[in-house]
Amino acid sequence: MRYAIEAEGLVKHYGETKALDGVDLGVPPGRLLGVLGPNGAGKTTAVRILATLLTPDAGRATVLGYDVRRQAHQVRSLIGLTGQYAAVDEMLTGVENLVMLGRLLGLSRAESRSRATALLERFDLADAAGRAAKTYSGGMRRRLDLAASLVGRPQVLFLDEPTTGLDPRSRTELWSVVRGLMADGVTVLLTTQYLEEADQLADDIVVFDHGKVIASGTSDELKATTGAQVLEVRPLDPEHLALVAKVVTDVIDETPEVAGGTVTAAVHDPAVIPAVVRHLDDLGIVASELTLRKSTLDEVFLALTGHRAEQATDEEEVPV
Amino acid sequence: MTAATTAAATPVVAKRVGPGATVQQTLTLAWRSLVQIKHNPWELLDLSIQPIMFLLLFTYVFGGAISGSTGDYLQFALPGLLVQNALFYTLSTAIGLNTDITKGVFDRLRSLPIARTAPLAGRVIADTFKQVWAFALLVGFGMVLGFRVQTSAVGLLGALALLVVVALAMSWMSVLIGLKASNPEKVQMMSFSLMMPLTFTSSALVPSNTFPGWLQAWSDVNPVTHLANAIRGLMIGGEVADPALVSLLWSAGFVVVFAPLAIRAFRSRV
Repeated sequence: MRYAIEAEGLVKHYGETKALDGVDLGVPPGRLLGVLGPNGAGKTTAVRILATLLTPDAGRATVLGYDVRRQAHQVRSLIGLTGQYAAVDEMLTGVENLVMLGRLLGLSRAESRSRATALLERFDLADAAGRAAKTYSGGMRRRLDLAASLVGRPQVLFLDEPTTGLDPRSRTELWSVVRGLMADGVTVLLTTQYLEEADQLADDIVVFDHGKVIASGTSDELKATTGAQVLEVRPLDPEHLALVAKVVTDVIDETPEVAGGTVTAAVHDPAVIPAVVRHLDDLGIVASELTLRKSTLDEVFLALTGHRAEQATDEEEVPV
Repeated sequence: MTAATTAAATPVVAKRVGPGATVQQTLTLAWRSLVQIKHNPWELLDLSIQPIMFLLLFTYVFGGAISGSTGDYLQFALPGLLVQNALFYTLSTAIGLNTDITKGVFDRLRSLPIARTAPLAGRVIADTFKQVWAFALLVGFGMVLGFRVQTSAVGLLGALALLVVVALAMSWMSVLIGLKASNPEKVQMMSFSLMMPLTFTSSALVPSNTFPGWLQAWSDVNPVTHLANAIRGLMIGGEVADPALVSLLWSAGFVVVFAPLAIRAFRSRV
């Protein structure tokens, strides 16, 4: 078995809408696959099929060699699932939530309790263990939800937008938890709308749009596929912006984007840099910033889909 | 590559859930529904204060006007109130189930290697337990106010048993509503607009002989009338066999109609 998670030609319709339109996926054991895409791209549908919650209309999928349709029970014994919304019983305390799952998974009362205590400790929830989950903050609920999906020591973990709606600090905390799981050798499929998240965590990335995989590879490979590196030029004198734009247009033969005092363009040939510098020098324009960098995933996404990924406004600047 | 090779071997796991594990999982999920009461006193209030409030209001506000004296009315109305409360409470199964679905708990349970029936069975067991608790509470409180069981302990237990059987039959409808409704608030509204007219147009709370002819005709076929008459018979004396039989037939009808629909709705979710 080469892949811990494998899917071939998954199709799922909801009435007229095609949520999945022939999706292939493969995650080797111990790796983290980031599934990147905007709302409605089909990410959650794919996760629900792989986690046995939904039957595909066509195609097949296996988890650790077990067919998600015909051997659903075996698959369920091996997976953990954390959904978009924190699926914890709000009326129960943190410890009761986890003890309940331990008991359901066949642990004894004492084992369930010690497993619960250990997980709450690990997820920094020990102080809140005896409080009802409805009193938890958003970040705490997500951590409890993640802890809940680990009670059964899953070998494969599905994280469906685990950080959507979290503040940046909680998000960073959750990332470090996921990295810890990777160190334990767990195979993870993580969906996200955040390009930065995929960039930070994923070994491999697939990009979903309209129920199809439109690109796949490592973060670096994806950044390279669009061609592109990105040229940014910021003139010292903002008056020169239009002139700079014209120079760049002349050199690369494409119209660059002008925004925020900077001229930005995708370039395919690093040799354009000296040409741009020469032209600017001839015109006596001084650049306060002139960089050639790899595309961000956001730019990759834009190039691939023609629209930006949603909520990608907090994407970081990557200086060269 | 030893680590990768080990990880790549298909792990050996059980193919299905054994009967012992099914029972244990069902009881765990029943425990889960009951332990909630500890943290949510409101649920306990819903369950206990509302029937007690109804009991007090009906006895002291309407009792004299209806039966001439509050004491006489209490004897008449307590069995009816027990019926009303039990019927109202069957919809808590729907509300609980629907809350689990909207909160994602239902999906979490479905993603576990547990018996498919455990989440439903666990909830129904817990709700039956709550029915018994509400019954004991209302009868106990009624006795403090002066209600007396005029038959026997057997009659009282028979009344409880009949109510539980009817409630279990109705929980199929409740499961269907819980699976189909879009949110818990809708279920609450539906339960109110369904149960309120049904119980008020029966002989549960008032003798139906003052109803106009058309209403009396409806009341005579209303299943709540038969159930209330049977419970009354079992607790304070009167005819039991006929109304109890009709109630059981109604229950059987409920199961025949709603069990397949509920199971189909459940399958399409599971």
